[in-house]
Amino acid sequence: MSILIDKNTKVIVQGFTGKEGSFHAEQCLAYGTKIVGGVTPGKGGTTHLGQPVFNTVREAVLATGATVSMVFVPPAFVGDAVLEAADAGIELSVIITEGSPVRDMQRAKAYAVKKGMKTIGPNCPGIITAEECKIGIMPGSIFKKGNIGLISKSGTLTYEGANQVCNEGFGITTAVGIGGDPIIGLSYLQLLPLFEADPETEAIVMIGEIGGDLEIQAAKFIKEHIKKPVVAFIAGQTAPKGKRMGHAGAIVSGSAGTAAEKMDALSKAGVHVVKSPAEIGKKIAEVLKK
Amino acid sequence: MNIHEYQAKEIFKRYNVPTPNGYVAFSVEEAVENAKKLGGSIWVVKAQIHAGGRGLGGGVKLARSLEEVKTLANEILGMTLVTHQTGPAGKLVQKVYIEEGADIADELYLGVVLDRAREMPVIMASREGGMEIEKVAAESPEKIIKVAVDPFIGFQAFHGRELAYGLGLDKDEISNFIKFAAALYKVYMENDAEMIEINPLVKTKSGSFIALDGKMGFDDNSLFRHPDVEAMRDESEENPIEREASGYGLSYVKLDGNVGCMVNGAGLAMGTMDTINYVGGTPANFLDVGGGANAQTVAKGFEIILKDPNVKSIFVNIFGGIVRCDRIANGILEATKLVDVHVPVIVRLDGTNAKEAAEILKNANIKNIITASDLNDGAIKAVAAAKGN
Repeated sequence: MSILIDKNTKVIVQGFTGKEGSFHAEQCLAYGTKIVGGVTPGKGGTTHLGQPVFNTVREAVLATGATVSMVFVPPAFVGDAVLEAADAGIELSVIITEGSPVRDMQRAKAYAVKKGMKTIGPNCPGIITAEECKIGIMPGSIFKKGNIGLISKSGTLTYEGANQVCNEGFGITTAVGIGGDPIIGLSYLQLLPLFEADPETEAIVMIGEIGGDLEIQAAKFIKEHIKKPVVAFIAGQTAPKGKRMGHAGAIVSGSAGTAAEKMDALSKAGVHVVKSPAEIGKKIAEVLKK
Repeated sequence: MNIHEYQAKEIFKRYNVPTPNGYVAFSVEEAVENAKKLGGSIWVVKAQIHAGGRGLGGGVKLARSLEEVKTLANEILGMTLVTHQTGPAGKLVQKVYIEEGADIADELYLGVVLDRAREMPVIMASREGGMEIEKVAAESPEKIIKVAVDPFIGFQAFHGRELAYGLGLDKDEISNFIKFAAALYKVYMENDAEMIEINPLVKTKSGSFIALDGKMGFDDNSLFRHPDVEAMRDESEENPIEREASGYGLSYVKLDGNVGCMVNGAGLAMGTMDTINYVGGTPANFLDVGGGANAQTVAKGFEIILKDPNVKSIFVNIFGGIVRCDRIANGILEATKLVDVHVPVIVRLDGTNAKEAAEILKNANIKNIITASDLNDGAIKAVAAAKGN
């Protein structure tokens, strides 16, 4: 079992024939992901990586039955791409592109919600169900199949966390990189209940960072609704206030959004909070061996 | 990206958001000229820096004669202004804004920011004008009226009424206030602003509203479609090393410690700083080499980290996803040829092509390069090296 995607999920790539889109689509195909086509306006009717290319998402959905899109278009076109996917009936859009305007994402996400389309990202590594389906840019080889669900705002901390979990002899059901932008798609609040309901997931790793209050909302939710053990790390304990730390959303404004505040809320909700990302694997081992 | 008050007011004027008249000056002579141009008998001399709290710091002064304009401009230009937002080092004042005096009956607060939880812009208003709004929010949140605006419908009259009645404005002030708030919302949306703050928003004795101050920040990701805003960038307000780094696609923030960090990904970069702290060291910087790192950018990364004389060791922590480890390894080798890396470099490479990368580093056999097996090991070695062990 897994959440959101599995070996049968049919995926199209928006921005299929571009440099990044091509490189990562090829990696996903090699991993076993059912990439059934792609969209590049103007290149409809051609074939790329052995798969058909379409001019519009609607054509691609009609011809292939794809339910998920992976978005690699340049930042200025992300808003339009997500709106198009939502309008064409895509069920889940995974947005990898970094640097799209906040306003565009805000509008695109609001429309996606209205259309019933889930989104992941933008500015994220994507989602992977170990040894079944990879929709994103993560190095697939480190995600061994297992019993841990992982949710992370950071791409490389997703890899770090998964790698440690696997090195401790456990594995991953599904790992979701939710992205570090101010406006993101699926977040802790939507993903935690999916992992709670997934019979194969026995524990959850959640990796957050400074900025915003999603982790605080998650803490309240965990206290009331999540029975499975949760191990959490919040990046940016040593980050100065008022400075943007790489991710557009990673900024402590005034005294709100600090790592300390988030770690405290999570601890009080019964979450196993670690102070260093190097402790994630060990903490999972400790929690599951009890 | 942030801009100065005088620039924010230029944008306000384009949208018919009322502001007092004023001109920016780069010298004392220009300040006096500006005051003459404005006429009248009262002027305000305002330091232009990218930080709030200028009044309390002594950067905003009232002048009642041209002579006084001269004295005050002379005093403020070239001063190092310290406010609660500048940090203890303060900021050098290189320009002043000369503004006509305003007829003030009351001081309010009005701002627009993105509410990340509700995922829409929120307009905030308060009667506590002139105060530090973070303080008001912490001590008496009920004094701040917040109205979220769904961009699908845009700013409507009812949003304005919710704000105006919430503030307890008089009947004859309400329509003026709604017009003001509507215009400000338009400024926010059409310029891809990240935040606008008017503190204080002045109510005049005749019941109209004027932006006495103006602060604007913009979404960096949207600047490509606002060349006029981009042109307002004041590079002298930015940290020169951070600016240089961003020119190479590197995201750098200087900190106070002695262990330099070069990491791929913002989250892992913060996590690396936290780990250095956790094992008893102090990080010297945040540096994300990003997804497109190559030998050149890595070499640049070393150069930038080494500009900080406090750096005693460098921890290169790369988990390869998009960035392949062999590329980073080659970058490190290249860098040691281009830059005099005089401190120990602790390298931890994991992920895509990590084995090839380890081979490359091993075969190169360079002293000063210490390899680490994982994040914790690397942090411990880097902290030990910084302590001279």
